[in-house]
Amino acid sequence: MSDAIERTSAPWDYAPAPESRELVKLQDRYGLFIGGAFVEPKSGRSYTTIDPSSEEPLAEVAEAGAQDVARAVEAAREAADGWQALPGAERAKYLFRIARQLQERAREFAVLESMNGGKPIKESRDIDLPLAAAHFFYYAGWADKLAYAFPGRSPRPLGVAGQIIPWNFPLLMASWKLAPALAAGNTAVLKPAETTPLTALLLAQVIQEAELPPGVVNILTGAGSTGAALVDAPVDKIAFTGSTEVGKAIRRATAGTGKRLTLELGGKAANIVFEDAPLDQAVEGVVNGIFFNQGHVCCAGSRLLVQEPVFEVLLDKLKQRLQTLRLGDPLDKNTDIGAINSRAQLEKIEALVATGQQEGAELYQPDCALPERGFWFRPSLFTGVTQSHRIAREEIFGPVLSILTFRTPEEAVTKANDTPYGLSAGIWTEKGSRILWMAQRMRAGVVWANTFNRFDPTSPFGGYQESGFGREGGLHGLAPYLALDGPPA
Amino acid sequence: MSERVPVRRTAKLFIAGTFPRSESGRSYEVTSHDGRPLAHAAQASRKDLREAVVAARAAQSGWAAMTAYNRGQILYRVAELMEGRRGQFEAELADAGAADPVRGVSAAIDRWVWYAGWADKIAQVAGSSNPVAGPYFNFTIPEPTGVVGIVAPPDQSLLGLVSRLAPAIVSGNTAVVIASEPAPLPAVSLGEVLATSDVPAGVVNILTGRTAELVPWLAGHMDVNAIDVTGVPEDLLTEAETLAAENVKRVHRGPKTDPFDAAAQGPAEITALMEFKTVWHPMGA
Repeated sequence: MSDAIERTSAPWDYAPAPESRELVKLQDRYGLFIGGAFVEPKSGRSYTTIDPSSEEPLAEVAEAGAQDVARAVEAAREAADGWQALPGAERAKYLFRIARQLQERAREFAVLESMNGGKPIKESRDIDLPLAAAHFFYYAGWADKLAYAFPGRSPRPLGVAGQIIPWNFPLLMASWKLAPALAAGNTAVLKPAETTPLTALLLAQVIQEAELPPGVVNILTGAGSTGAALVDAPVDKIAFTGSTEVGKAIRRATAGTGKRLTLELGGKAANIVFEDAPLDQAVEGVVNGIFFNQGHVCCAGSRLLVQEPVFEVLLDKLKQRLQTLRLGDPLDKNTDIGAINSRAQLEKIEALVATGQQEGAELYQPDCALPERGFWFRPSLFTGVTQSHRIAREEIFGPVLSILTFRTPEEAVTKANDTPYGLSAGIWTEKGSRILWMAQRMRAGVVWANTFNRFDPTSPFGGYQESGFGREGGLHGLAPYLALDGPPA
Repeated sequence: MSERVPVRRTAKLFIAGTFPRSESGRSYEVTSHDGRPLAHAAQASRKDLREAVVAARAAQSGWAAMTAYNRGQILYRVAELMEGRRGQFEAELADAGAADPVRGVSAAIDRWVWYAGWADKIAQVAGSSNPVAGPYFNFTIPEPTGVVGIVAPPDQSLLGLVSRLAPAIVSGNTAVVIASEPAPLPAVSLGEVLATSDVPAGVVNILTGRTAELVPWLAGHMDVNAIDVTGVPEDLLTEAETLAAENVKRVHRGPKTDPFDAAAQGPAEITALMEFKTVWHPMGA
């Protein structure tokens, strides 16, 4: 088996093809974006944000304290009446402007996203940026059509939305949060993740240039305590994307407050390959499912369920494919696997992988050199995994795939659903009736059949069970930002 | 001739299609609004609640797998049987102090009929086909969330309960209900109707007892997917929502309007206890 892998691995090296960083003009330090202007934090605190692929500092950013949160929420509150009073068609134009500017400055944003987050430039360029712009464009069009989305239910904005986003898709998550909130007539206070503040701050500049009324969008950089202060602040709605653990804490913190809440949390998705699946296509889907964005994806296909007759052949193909994945400089246009987002995340991945080995699963990693500086983890497969292993139950949020097998479709359903999560699932088979049968039985909010990790602004996204509640994207993504009357009988 | 002695009913729990007393052996006295003793209702325990959840979980996939048409007919059947026993319900509402028992029973029956009709329509109203920018067939459908805990409003002991229960189960959820504490008898009678309405055993489980005692156990139960807190007293709401965090329960509170009001019913009451599933499928020759 290992001979076969050696023969098929690429016999040449790729020449470096780095994207230029020249396009990105970083300031030495950034303030908080409150009331339409960058202001110094009252907390007096700041921190250094780095490039995780080199550990080089990129900029100093402010760390918002409780007073800063209060100021931002106040600014959002003051802006709320005027923003709601704008005709939807006019609100829409601001969002269209943002969408257009994101398209115009896509290269700059993509480079910055890869610099600050460690993701491969081909992903930030081809996925994050186009989708972020598309989200603003899609929701812009809803702003003056809300009555058609919810006929007879007199949709009204909620007021001020507090929005807390993760570090895996920094700009895209900002667009998922801001676009529907603003289209629905809310104002927002957005808190980007601690490790990836820079594209959000560049977005703040875009928002300034688009001349959004001051206070409609406020952006507060900071850490977990900033997010906690935002949850406790007098906002009308909290939208959170992040870990299930923090999501539960937010649920507790908002209990009894009447604040509206949507949570998009962790996942442990099953990617299920049947014996009749187009195997080469499935291998690509499995690789995309778990190694896309270094596996820093809540809906990652982190559990591979393979029907027994094709287990050996699929495993061989996967191992061969892993040998050809190119790990390294996120700014290199050939890179498949970029840097792990932070040292803390790398340590989490390493700890869980060590647990997997201790529990008896067998680890496979391709031989690829890791850069000397920065945070890196080889794309990894575990075989011999059972349902009770921690690597089959807990979200690793890294490039680590746990492989299990099954015999019957019923067994696949049972294993796939044997998780407290329920964000996504993948099904690979040529049989159409089986796809629909399986899709019906998956306890998951998104089901990909013969594909994986596809996203679109028109397509609702969100989880079952402990993967959270509420949907983002599509018509369904508007409802969490609106007060709706019960319809007439 | 001596006068016939009427046979009294024992007010029991309704779990898994059967009528047990509380395993705890406890009961509490139910009186009419003007203080007449009416019955001793079972005072459900934590173990009863757990049994009810087990029954609801066991029934859920089968109930959801029935065709929507079939579920709609079964809900309609509940209305039929209530109509046949309306005298009993009216008497119970009168005992509970309802202003207009006849109207109350009529509205409860009509609510079953209204939601019965939604069974095979909700997916069309709440689902969507999504025009994604790529060669994919993409659609979103609503699905039942699973096992729903329902804390029925303490007042409006019949219409309030039906207004929470019918939208919860019409989509394929199963339910564990905590009945009105002061006026549990209409709920007990509803259980008897449900038991004979082709509603599969375990789809609806009704507990009578002390609300304050039962709510935290229901809200914290790890195998309950959602909780309707419409009947949770204000002083228990924070605790209920806090406990609900443990397994990320969906928390739903029904409209605060008068249950006779048209705004008290709506498809949003159904979708609040549903999940939206989006399916992507490639298109290609």
